[in-house]
Amino acid sequence: MLALLILLPLAAAIAILCGASARRTAVLATGASLILGFLFAALWSNNHDVGAMSLEVLSKPSISLSLGLFDGMSVTMMLLSVIVAFAAIFSGKCPEGREKLWYPSCLLITAGAIGAFLSTDLFFFYAFHELALIPTFLMIGILGTGDRKQAAWKITIYLAFGSIILLAGLLWMFSASGADNFQFTSLLAAEIPYDAQIGIAALLIIGFGTLVSLFPFHSWAAPAYASAPAPVSMLHAGVLKKFGLFGLLRLYPLVADGINYLIPWLIVMLLGNILWVGLVTINQKRLDTMLGNSSVMHMGYIFLAFAALAEKGPIANPIAIPAAVVLMFAHGISIAMLFGLSDRIKQATGTLELRELGGLAKAAPRLAFLFGLAAMASIGLPGLANFSGEIMVFLSGFKNWVPEEGLSPVQWGTILALWGLVISAVYMLRAFRKIFQGPVVPTTENADDLNCCDRMPAVILAVALLVVGLYPNSLLNFLTPSEPTNAPITQSDN
Amino acid sequence: MSPYLLEAYIVLVGLVILMLEAFVPAIRKDSLGILAIGGLVFGLVLLFVAQAPAHPENNAEMARFYSFDSAAIFYKGFAIVCTILVLLLAIDYKGILAKFTENPGSQEGTGEYYALPVFACAGMMWMASAKDLISIFVALELVTITFYILVAFMRRNVGSLEAGVKYLILGALSTGILVYGVAWIYGTTGTTDLALIGEKLKELDSTTPALFGLSLILLSLAFKVGAVPMQLWIPDVYQGAPTPTTAFLSVGSKAAGFAIALRILEPFVQEGSPVQQQTIFILLILAGLTILYGNLAAIPQSNFKRLLAYSSVAHAGFILLAIAAWNEGSGNSLSSVQVVGFYLATYLIMTMGIFFALVTVRNATGSEEIAAFDGLGKRSPALALAITVLLSALAGLPLTAGFYGKFFAFQLAIDAGLWTGVILGFIGVAAGFYYYLKVVRAMYWRTSDDTTAIEISPFSRYTIGTLTVLTILLGFYPDPILWLLGA
Repeated sequence: MLALLILLPLAAAIAILCGASARRTAVLATGASLILGFLFAALWSNNHDVGAMSLEVLSKPSISLSLGLFDGMSVTMMLLSVIVAFAAIFSGKCPEGREKLWYPSCLLITAGAIGAFLSTDLFFFYAFHELALIPTFLMIGILGTGDRKQAAWKITIYLAFGSIILLAGLLWMFSASGADNFQFTSLLAAEIPYDAQIGIAALLIIGFGTLVSLFPFHSWAAPAYASAPAPVSMLHAGVLKKFGLFGLLRLYPLVADGINYLIPWLIVMLLGNILWVGLVTINQKRLDTMLGNSSVMHMGYIFLAFAALAEKGPIANPIAIPAAVVLMFAHGISIAMLFGLSDRIKQATGTLELRELGGLAKAAPRLAFLFGLAAMASIGLPGLANFSGEIMVFLSGFKNWVPEEGLSPVQWGTILALWGLVISAVYMLRAFRKIFQGPVVPTTENADDLNCCDRMPAVILAVALLVVGLYPNSLLNFLTPSEPTNAPITQSDN
Repeated sequence: MSPYLLEAYIVLVGLVILMLEAFVPAIRKDSLGILAIGGLVFGLVLLFVAQAPAHPENNAEMARFYSFDSAAIFYKGFAIVCTILVLLLAIDYKGILAKFTENPGSQEGTGEYYALPVFACAGMMWMASAKDLISIFVALELVTITFYILVAFMRRNVGSLEAGVKYLILGALSTGILVYGVAWIYGTTGTTDLALIGEKLKELDSTTPALFGLSLILLSLAFKVGAVPMQLWIPDVYQGAPTPTTAFLSVGSKAAGFAIALRILEPFVQEGSPVQQQTIFILLILAGLTILYGNLAAIPQSNFKRLLAYSSVAHAGFILLAIAAWNEGSGNSLSSVQVVGFYLATYLIMTMGIFFALVTVRNATGSEEIAAFDGLGKRSPALALAITVLLSALAGLPLTAGFYGKFFAFQLAIDAGLWTGVILGFIGVAAGFYYYLKVVRAMYWRTSDDTTAIEISPFSRYTIGTLTVLTILLGFYPDPILWLLGA
């Protein structure tokens, strides 16, 4: 049954290519996925096998198209995908006459992302992610803005290269594990010799890292997101990019020792994301490149949770995985909302240059409010989803701190990463002030506010941010073992 | 039915076509193509009926030269399917073919073009079954000599003539090298029967002469499959030859080359062979260089046919990598032989589809440059979509048929610990994304002055459609290929 979540967008894409009314079909398909997604999430609590299916596509070596909600992480990411996909398709404004490129591409990216998160077979887990590569290339290259051709090449080559390195890591892992099929269950039951683990872990970190824009493999992300049409930025920055982190968290148990060995490297890289890219972000003059860079920067926090997890393992640090997943969810929603609304700003004023904007709140108060909400979420204001994620990330960094032993690399990383909060507050607040406050300038004088139709996707995303922010257990219930007494949030409060 | 009759039947079809050619009016020569296709389709049916002789000792002379195992059946079917597609392509190409033969504008003198592929097909089918160095040589020559004519068929076109001369000279050279190599192997082991060579190798005092002979044979096979160091003819010949010939060379001839390469190499690389390490080392070098050369040299190309030529070199490299990572196969993994078959089967689908698209574009624009694809996304959205899918598959994008071959090749290489080959292979794949996407870019990003829709002939439309759908379906469900391979 879970296959429906993938088949709906695919079928809609084919239908649109065959001549069905583009926007209606796409919105219907993603809307139906949204409802189905919540339905599956609700059913999952009682039955972890809900909707699972497996179809052997190759008998030797055994490869199956297996879909299922493997654990709470899959559920959360599936929810993120369907929410953002709906918002992206609904809010996107397709240029006249390009419907047959625009909607099928977005739907293919959606199908790829959902497929990757739902696959319980390593082969299709990898394969589905690649489904998005060509549509992204075409969308940025044809319908993007600014330096779109170069950005399209850059993202494609980077992602292709990252995927290939990843493929090497995955194949090596499969070969070293001695498993006889690609199912996660049989892979995760295997043990890999320590020597091989380090090499595999390095390949996985570089491969997955490139897909998540881990420093120093991040330079594709900001220009691509800035050039891409809004739905592609929303889907890619919000959902697809999380695939890398998802994969690392999923496969971590197999190469736990190898990643543990690489923690110092990982800390340096993630600090590069948070501090280096953070400073770059402050320096941006355009809203779209700023958002692109900020999305790169925030990946550092999630990697920090991953490093905390790798330091002592999931038993000793039970909040690391929930922290990472909640933050992935929160970041996905908030960045999608920011990209969606920045597209609205551009349509209302015709520019995204920060210095050409000002006082937009007067003409477009609703836009200002919603953008402000997303910006605050992105900074990490309590009450919004990102706060729950970030606070858990920092707590997980110090979860296993033994004062007598001094600070480990992870703790040093956490302390330095805290400065990232200041950095993101600086650029977000500054951007908000420059765009929405101050004297009204000619470009914003007659700007249109959001109409009812525009508000809906943003409101859906805002509700998701608020619900998770005010009641984090709505997600944490998926992510923690059943006993409520062991809920990580209560532990960390002690 | 005895399998020997299969090839006899195919040759007969070729002879009948050749005879009829004299009586068909000059404007309707392409009807011969339809006839040949019909004959070959029936041959495909016969292939399923044919059974290995129950008492091979009754015909011991033949049995010594001819095997009818699952690999032979697979490559015979491959040759027939490939020839059918080439003939379909030739029918669509008839306009250009007629322009450069006897009487420009009339089909006079194009009739043989439909008979020759049938003879080549018979040669490839013999190659699939040949298991003795002598029969390998004879079958190989039948194919090569047919190709000399096919390459230079457009005799009023300088490019085609130049290609023909290049192919003739290098082909003759490689034939000479092959015979020389066979002589060395025969001289050291005292037999040309590949089944016995493996045993004889173990009894040798010194393996150096046998290795020398093998190296010479490998050189000549490298010419056939288009691998380094005998790859230099590929771009020029591919570009100059009539497009159906190019497609035939790059799919049929290559596959037949690999079929015999696997048979020849097996005694040398199998477990227990005294020269196993050395042979694998040579193969690894060839594979690595071929991957690098094919993929990197493809990057700057601006002519699409030339690009496909380099891409065909690149694919030969990946297939060689699978052979270098020699694996006999076990309960749950494919053997090298099966991976090669798998790779070639998907390669046939993707490459043939692309050649059909190329001929369609050539017919409409008169050019084979990548620039001829400019604005195709607007002119013929369906064709552009099909080309995008096929090129993505050639690049090895997952969820298309093209991914599996590379995936298995890399899996074998990693299992065998051939890290150099793996690294070079990954560089090649990354480069592949770039140069295949260059064509996609031309179709969608660029605009063309001519915005009229491109006319696609019915043959091309259905063939491209079928091959594209197959590429996607096999990307999700590749098991049927495994069944064809008899695994």
